[in-house]
This record gives sequence, C-alpha cells and structure tokens, in this order.
Amino acid sequence: MHEMGIAQGILDIAMDYAKEGKIKVISLLIGQMTGVEPESLRFCFSSLSAGTIAEGAELKVKIVPLVGRCRDCQREFGIDEYKFVCSVCGSVAVEIISGRELKVEYLEVE
Amino acid sequence: MENILEKNEIIAAENNALFSKRGIFVLNLLGSPGSGKTSLLERTIEYLKGELCLAVIEGDLFTSKDADRIARQGIPVVQINTSGGCHLDASMVKGAINQLDLTTLDLLIIENVGNLVCPAEFNIGEDAKATVLSITEGEDKPLKYPLIFKQSSIAVLNKIDLLPYTSFDMTAAQGDIVSINPFITLSPISCQTGEGLGVWYGWLKQQVKIKKDMINCLV
Repeated sequence: MHEMGIAQGILDIAMDYAKEGKIKVISLLIGQMTGVEPESLRFCFSSLSAGTIAEGAELKVKIVPLVGRCRDCQREFGIDEYKFVCSVCGSVAVEIISGRELKVEYLEVE
Repeated sequence: MENILEKNEIIAAENNALFSKRGIFVLNLLGSPGSGKTSLLERTIEYLKGELCLAVIEGDLFTSKDADRIARQGIPVVQINTSGGCHLDASMVKGAINQLDLTTLDLLIIENVGNLVCPAEFNIGEDAKATVLSITEGEDKPLKYPLIFKQSSIAVLNKIDLLPYTSFDMTAAQGDIVSINPFITLSPISCQTGEGLGVWYGWLKQQVKIKKDMINCLV
C-alpha cells in the first residue's frame, strides 16, 4: 500500500498550488512501469483528503505506456513484456523514455 | 507538472550526499518476506566484518527480530519500524543515520521491508539496490515484479540448495531478469550451504572499492 505515500504526495502538491480554492479535478500521469494501482490510489486519496480543500476531488489517471529508445540505432519502440532489447538491431542499450511517470499534470480549482 | 515523489527524491539525494562525502557504499537490500535477506546479511557480516567496517539499518513493520539477529554479530545496527508501512522512505533513513557513527564506515546495508512492489518506487539515498529472490517463490516473479529487477544492480537467487526439490526453472528466471535489466549481475547462492556466495562477496567488495576510489580521486 505505498499508494498512501503517493496519495500524500499528490495531496501536498495540490494543496500547495490551489491555496484556498476548492479542488475539483487532479489529473495524473502514471507510467505503465510503476507499481501504482489506480483504484487503491483513489481510495487512499479520498481518506487523506477528507476535510481538506481537495475533499471529493476527482483523480483523473492517464496511464503512460512504456516506451524505450535504442541508444545504438536511435529507434523508439513500445516495450512488451519488459524485454529491454531493441526490436530492430538487438542492442540492449535501451533507455526508458516514458512509462516511469508519477506526476501531477494539472489541477482544476474553483 | 510536478513529480509526486519529488520530496522523497530530495531527501534521498541529501542522504546520498552525506554518505558520498565519507565514501560509504550504501546498499538497499530488497526482496520478498522469507526470501533470505536477513540470512544473507548474517553470512555477509560474518565474512566481511574482519576486513570492512560495516553497519546495518533494519526496516521492519513492527518487530526488532531481524535487528536482534544482526546485533548478535557485533556490528552497529539501527532499527526502523514502519508501523505497518510497506517500504522505507528517505526521511525514515535520514532519521536512522543520526544514530550511526559514519566516520569510519565503509559499507552500510539497509534491509528494506519484505516486499517486491513498494520499495522499488522509493529511493532512500542508496548507491545500489540488490534484490533477493528465493527459488521457492517461483521463476515467474521477475516478470510479475519487473520494476524491482529493473532498478537493481544485482539479483541474488537464494536457496539453490532446494533446486532438486522444486520445479524452479533457473534458465527461465535468469533469462527474464536479464531481459528486464541487461546490465544486472546475477548471483545464484545458498545461504544454507554457502554455495555461490563468493560472487556476492566479490561484487560487494568491488562496489565498496569503487566508492572509496571515487572519493580519493575527488580529494
């Protein structure tokens, strides 16, 4: 249940930005290769945000697919089954360019 | 756009700077409950305490059972109880560092809470992560919990003495781990018999040396 720690991080960021307004929506970017379960995150967030300006806010979760870039042939490709091998040249020098995000994208505040 | 774990990352970087200043190599020891993290630590301390100055931080949900085991080895150990929390975070480690004398330390091993999911997301200021996977857990675990293997510098496959009694497919397990992380070091071992531990000790000593050399170059 590390979603509790992540929910606390989201709440801290949202409260910092919104100051006194009522937070309606928090949009999140969650990478495919993160150990975050969106339903569990919503549950944790709803308990943590009770009694704050973020109480009742909707958490919009966008899952960001896991994409790698081959450092040898520069090709970008979706990574299936966590195989970090270039599908064209076979190189293992693959860097992750998306799929590890844990970010607050934007807030909607009234 | 704000990184949700930014606060943790900042404290982790502060912890790492504190360790780096003194040339201490810090290992975040990960793995499932019962995979053999504490047994590996006991073996490691026994082997290395004559030649290196080491200390341990023990993460545990509620008890001090593991810390008691380590304390019997006669090295400094600090207990962190997470009170049900499933992972250590950087601020918990920061609190524990104050209870350690860092001046003469070469190696600090931080045993995380037994869990293959949560600790992978939280850096605590370590130089490297090591994940212990015991063969009784099944060879499907690397693909089920890829992040922890992606983040680790070494995967220790423990309990190989039990291989004849299980259907564990060592080739498949190692293949999956390497496809997740082509740069990982694999270390099949048995804490029971001592088989394979030489690779693990060698890896650790090399990391300690690299860290020390790095500091000596900077001074």
